[in-house]
Amino acid sequence: MDLTFISGMFQKILTGLPLTLNLWLLSLAGGACLALTLNLMRQNRIGNAIAATYVFVFRGTPLLIQIFMIYYGLAGFGFIRQSFLWPFLRDPYWCGLLALILNDAAYSSEILRGGLRAVPKGAVEAGRVSGMGRATILRRITLPIATRQALPAYSNEVISMLKATALVSTITLMDMTGIARAAISETWRAVEILLCAAVIYLVISMLVTRASAWLEQRLSPWQFGRTTP
Amino acid sequence: MGDIGLLGFGPDGWGLVLFRAGLMTLAVSVAAFLCGLVLGTLVAWARVGGNRVMRALAEAYTVVLRGVPDILVIYLFYFGGRQVVAAIGTALGFAGPFDISGFVAGMLAIGLISGASQSEVLRGAYQAVPRGTIEAGRVVGMGRFTLFRRVIAPQAMVTALPAMGNQWQSVIKESALVSVTGLVETMRQVSVAAGTTQEHFLFYAAGAVIYLIITTLSDQVFRLAERRSLRGHQGAGY
Repeated sequence: MDLTFISGMFQKILTGLPLTLNLWLLSLAGGACLALTLNLMRQNRIGNAIAATYVFVFRGTPLLIQIFMIYYGLAGFGFIRQSFLWPFLRDPYWCGLLALILNDAAYSSEILRGGLRAVPKGAVEAGRVSGMGRATILRRITLPIATRQALPAYSNEVISMLKATALVSTITLMDMTGIARAAISETWRAVEILLCAAVIYLVISMLVTRASAWLEQRLSPWQFGRTTP
Repeated sequence: MGDIGLLGFGPDGWGLVLFRAGLMTLAVSVAAFLCGLVLGTLVAWARVGGNRVMRALAEAYTVVLRGVPDILVIYLFYFGGRQVVAAIGTALGFAGPFDISGFVAGMLAIGLISGASQSEVLRGAYQAVPRGTIEAGRVVGMGRFTLFRRVIAPQAMVTALPAMGNQWQSVIKESALVSVTGLVETMRQVSVAAGTTQEHFLFYAAGAVIYLIITTLSDQVFRLAERRSLRGHQGAGY
């Protein structure tokens, strides 16, 4: 084991951390908004069919093919190259981010749907009786209960998205995996380099697991054998 | 939008090539899933019935594989496997260059990833087996292996089946990552076809459809298996 090489490699790979974090957090935020929209669409038949098809397509195909389809595929359409979107869709960063958002939305919307199903009807009726509007019920009753129910499943999704960001390295982006991949072709010391990268991802995902366990305990302490504060 | 005839089975069509690539995706997925099943069973066993060291090792394995991107694991097996094979080969006096098959690297890597989540599923299924039935088996004098085969496995399988269906679905999607090793499965083949014909959207869309067909068909198979496994259960609703 060559310690100077490994510590140098850690520093080198960490320069990709901001891009990884950027893609991760923005795709989660974008995905969450889109997931909520998809669930709100499910209230009528056409909307339901659209949302169901969307989820079917994005959950049934690999993320890698979605990334390539957006990055390489969309450029083949003349009207896209002429449109105002082209400066964005030409850039691997925006293509990668878009693919991650679309993919995350499909998974998150199913998780949220599970959470929404668990909201007791009585709670919504109580809100209606006390004169709340639809938006208020959504904001103050439905969403808080649903997100609490969905939290354990969502924390898994948060970790999968961290892992998913590694795939943008295939469209030339220099995130942590991209840097590792470039370093491999320079030095051919694959095992050391890949283990360095793996350790960084592992630390972040363990922090997420800890944070979500802490949040769950805080939100419903009675489930963990503690008395209500 | 390009010429849809490119996807046909004629002399200029890529249909046959894509069909073969789809079979390769299926083959590497099945191999990886079975790898994961063996590994998952062993790890679940270690976590349920192992001693302290085995439990710790099994837990570390699931935590690590859950937190590391799949593509890094595949790179590790592909490049690392090449390093190992080269080292062994040189030590044994063979002349290079050494290479490792993308199929084997992909199968092992995805098997390892899938094994981590399959072990969680299997552990949950084992814990759902009613204790009384295990005790009853022990009382009538069954050995450990017989007990597993005749009492635990049949009951745990029923519980595990829906979640195992999900595991299989993710294995299919992860198999696309094996394309980075150069194995000619669906993802790799559509990339090649897209590059050759410059019809990127058409071929990536075709690839997406191939994956959708595989995932949808296997979903049906798992549903059938689920229904079959529930025969004779009260309140199964079929």
